[in-house]
Amino acid sequence: MAHGSTTTVPEDDFVITPTRPGEEKGTWSAVIQDLLFTVDHKKLGLMYIGSGLIFFVIAGLMAAAIRLQLAIPNAHFISPDVYNRFFTMHGTAMVFLVGMPIIFGMANYLVPIMIGARDMAFPRLNAFGFWMFFFSGWFLYFSYFAGPGLYNAGSAPDIGWFAYSPLTSKAFSRGHSSDYWTLALLASGVGSVATALNIIVTTISLRCKGMTLGRMPLFVWTFLVVAFLVILAIPPLSACQIMLILDRYLGAKFFDTQAGGSAILWQHFFWIFGHPEVYILILPGFAAMNEIVPVFSRKPIFGYPIMVGANVMIAFISLGVWAHHMFTVGMTSLGNSFFAISTMLVAVPTGIKIFNWIGTMYGGKIRFELPMLFCIAFLFQFLIAGLTGIMLSVAPFDWQLSDSYFVVAHFHYVLIGGLLFTIFAAIYFWYPKAFGRMLSHKLGMWHFVLFTLGFHLTFLPQHVSGFLGMPRRIYTYEAGRGWEAWNMMSSIGVIFQAAGILFFVWNLIYSYKKGKIAGDDPWDAWTLEWATTSPPPDYNFEKTPEVRSRRPLWDLKHPEDPDWKYE
Amino acid sequence: MDQFINQPVPFAEEERPWRPPSFRKVGMLTLITTESALFAIFVVAYVFYIGKSLNGPYPHEILHIPWTASFALFGSSATITFAEMALKKGNRSLFQIWWAITIAMGAYFLGFTAFEWHEFIFKEGLTISTNIFGSTFYSLVGLHASHVIVGLLLLSIILISSLRGKLDHGHHEHVEMIAWYWHFVDAVWVVVLTVVYLISAHY
Amino acid sequence: MIRRLLSPFFPTSQFPGAGKSCLSIFWAALALIAPAAVASADEPNRPIANMFDPLSTPARMIHESSLLVSLICLVIFLIVTGMLVYVVFKFPSKGAADDRKEPPQVYGSSQIELAWTVIPILITIVLILVTTRTIGEIQDRKIPNAALHVRVIGHQWWWELQYLTQNGVDKEGNPVWKTDFVTANELHIPVSDKNSVRPTELILESADVIHSYWVPQLNGKTDVVPNHTNHMWLDPWSTGTYFGNCAEYCGTQHANMLIRVMVQTPEDFAKWVANQKAPSVIPTDSVALQGQKDFFGNSCVNCHKVDGTVAVGTFGPNLTHFASRSWLGSGVALQNQADIRDWVRDPNHLKPGVLMPDMQLSEPQIDQITAYLMTLK
Repeated sequence: MAHGSTTTVPEDDFVITPTRPGEEKGTWSAVIQDLLFTVDHKKLGLMYIGSGLIFFVIAGLMAAAIRLQLAIPNAHFISPDVYNRFFTMHGTAMVFLVGMPIIFGMANYLVPIMIGARDMAFPRLNAFGFWMFFFSGWFLYFSYFAGPGLYNAGSAPDIGWFAYSPLTSKAFSRGHSSDYWTLALLASGVGSVATALNIIVTTISLRCKGMTLGRMPLFVWTFLVVAFLVILAIPPLSACQIMLILDRYLGAKFFDTQAGGSAILWQHFFWIFGHPEVYILILPGFAAMNEIVPVFSRKPIFGYPIMVGANVMIAFISLGVWAHHMFTVGMTSLGNSFFAISTMLVAVPTGIKIFNWIGTMYGGKIRFELPMLFCIAFLFQFLIAGLTGIMLSVAPFDWQLSDSYFVVAHFHYVLIGGLLFTIFAAIYFWYPKAFGRMLSHKLGMWHFVLFTLGFHLTFLPQHVSGFLGMPRRIYTYEAGRGWEAWNMMSSIGVIFQAAGILFFVWNLIYSYKKGKIAGDDPWDAWTLEWATTSPPPDYNFEKTPEVRSRRPLWDLKHPEDPDWKYE
Repeated sequence: MDQFINQPVPFAEEERPWRPPSFRKVGMLTLITTESALFAIFVVAYVFYIGKSLNGPYPHEILHIPWTASFALFGSSATITFAEMALKKGNRSLFQIWWAITIAMGAYFLGFTAFEWHEFIFKEGLTISTNIFGSTFYSLVGLHASHVIVGLLLLSIILISSLRGKLDHGHHEHVEMIAWYWHFVDAVWVVVLTVVYLISAHY
Repeated sequence: MIRRLLSPFFPTSQFPGAGKSCLSIFWAALALIAPAAVASADEPNRPIANMFDPLSTPARMIHESSLLVSLICLVIFLIVTGMLVYVVFKFPSKGAADDRKEPPQVYGSSQIELAWTVIPILITIVLILVTTRTIGEIQDRKIPNAALHVRVIGHQWWWELQYLTQNGVDKEGNPVWKTDFVTANELHIPVSDKNSVRPTELILESADVIHSYWVPQLNGKTDVVPNHTNHMWLDPWSTGTYFGNCAEYCGTQHANMLIRVMVQTPEDFAKWVANQKAPSVIPTDSVALQGQKDFFGNSCVNCHKVDGTVAVGTFGPNLTHFASRSWLGSGVALQNQADIRDWVRDPNHLKPGVLMPDMQLSEPQIDQITAYLMTLK
């Protein structure tokens, strides 16, 4: 099945991207110019993912430093100032410089191909979105060198990734750390909205012939929903950040409690963004699951319409649950009850999806390749994450658990155990398409086993230290509180996670040149991206495809039993 | 798998032409949606803070309904529609006249805002840092005004293109999208007018 | 799974009495190793702030609803994990030969999907009912005006405590509070019982940024927010010193904004109150007297208050009965001479970033001021 042939276009006949003068193919200058000026969704997608992975390693090292400091009580590994900047930057970077770009990268690369289009609707806007993110990332990290400079931890933000006021006011945040946070995220927010707009327009307007909305791959559907959430949820963040800048520099009174302003208003605006944001982050994980699980179970996704409906419900309800991050702030019992109820409601469609994935595997012929292993681990871990989420939604329980390590454990189970594992699955699944070579199975297994072990070792004990009263964001803790053993376990897990990531990074690099040639369709899958070469040509498809069902390649491979008979 | 590359499956059942929605329309609608979310937060902040300023000047002391400016802005929505109708009929000069009137009315609105702010700052002593009313008022009205400025720039580009003979009826959708943006700016003014000048003016 | 893991560590009423007292001894032993000062036979230190061992009425109310949801989640976890394990083991591909034929392509099943939608909705309804009831029980509870009221004011990075008595009502019928005395960090309250005979109400405010008052065994946490007064109530059944933390990131020393709640018998509490209301001790020892002069002579008086003297500053903790407290710097060290000395010399050594500056005192001045502070019982 493996072959390396591509459909070639005679180069002097028809050239899409003419070589610029001085840009001889293959030189470093050519490569860099290409990346700087490209508007090709595939290249931009890979640049998004590559940058995201670089920031992942940097932010991960910060997490390692945090765990080192917390391994024993009263440690002096890093000072409180450095620690507070580390946890702020770790959180901010992981959400905005790792999560968002990687999911936008996935969308960028795959959405146009999966709908049979040649590129996104607005390619230059696409490039703009990428460079806004890229600039914002390095701008944020530049803050470490600003002010008193690197060894005094510079001017890096130390206000927590949600930057509550009035801690961020000029009075309590002298210096520019708040400003770096605000400006970097304003820039990246603009980029995110631009990309989301592109995804919406592309998905609605550029589908190939025959691909009705009901025939789109669930991956595309999920990203359509994600994009809508982005355009609705990022503006509240930008708005409150603008208000913060006005407060800090023009003396405005938005969050100035001495002038009658409300500190809680920031929290409302931030979480109106912040809660949909976490769904924006996890839904792409679902998107990858929706493509990978069916292929490795050899069956179509169980309940396509309900999966679409569940996504839409999740998105819709998630816009109305934000104040479950604020149960302790002193809202009325009516307010607390409302948000507890809405939060529990959003758990229903989310839970249904887990059942549907299991239903997809039921009666199938499961192939335990690496993408599938990560997906199975996802199911187990996301289940735990969802259940701890339900525990948190019970507002009185949340009065105990909020701002404790239980919450830290919960969201790391969602974001690492959920999102990151599906990102790994997606990379193992689609790397062959993007680079024409398979990732090494052996290295991948080392990655999988080490990382999964380390992940559970780090985050499972944190549920317990939360139960025992350990709050978040503390640079040290006193002995005798019963937290020592759990923290030590948690810190040891970092070693395994780091080892796993090393194997992963090595796998990416090694397989680029030495991986087994993949061919067009190494996994025997059914969506349109597998109908073109690996890697695809610039123009994606020689002829724009026409489809008649949700799985066009299944129809081609099984002409005696095509999908369109059943839909 | 060679035989599977790019083999179209015969298109379905009916011979309906395949016409997904226009990408320009979807793009502009998406932009309007996201901008609405942005405005909504500033409106919520404004409404939440009505009556909460600890010191004056207070809204009831200084706010007066901007009749002429509002009529100018609402009227410009009408004139832009007339311009579009003229373009559709192929009447280029009529299109240019109505379009220019639209720009002029928008510019008048902006001028009035500038005048009003000048009065507030120098006569009434209301700046963005004076009190909560100042902060929420200038940020909301200012956000709207910035969108008017962007709208006027877009309108001017269209007008100049037309005057240079570069605009033809193939661009009718581009013009329509700019008009949609302009209508959006107008609709936001309806909300701002109501919330600021009609409701909060009593506090 | 989590509860099974945790069961050896959690002495709850679910477990046999013998096991519980063994565990209590274990925790008490652990507490003795900890840097805990005040420990008497009937006021044990309780450094393990286990939320599953509630010792106060609101904490118990939370505990009941949390047990229910935890149990439900455990059951769901076991069932779904079971389903996952089942499909993984029952439906593996049996190799390349088997793979040549695809399994039956099932697209969905309305009945099954309906079932697994309806059942979660029913579970959700149960949780909603329990949750809203508990919220009302705790939040809307009216604490009588005659109960002890303490105003807790969060500062960066310590807790100001103002003990209040009622001074009539205002025109809307709400009580007007007058401050009896002011102390810092260590909240003393009288023990109540399960019939809520003697609850305490805390009025929560902040002087700067948002903090959060959390003593897990006594209640869930409530934030202290500037320009927004919150209330919470405690109703402890057991004497002892309860440990808690500030639970909202508030800047550099958020980690060391510790909370201690001393629940005492009514007699001990009355004694403590009487002492706090007493005028500040005038030192007799010459070193301490010199220390008092140093204290007034330096700018200590700008931030600290010692009732009945020229020290009237309110930015820092009230020091009138400083030496009656057990911990220093809101929990960062104990009130022994060495640590007090260290603090007076340079507070940043014990608590880097603290807002009290290095006062650049000479060694003799440090000795004298330490001696003075230790007389302020």
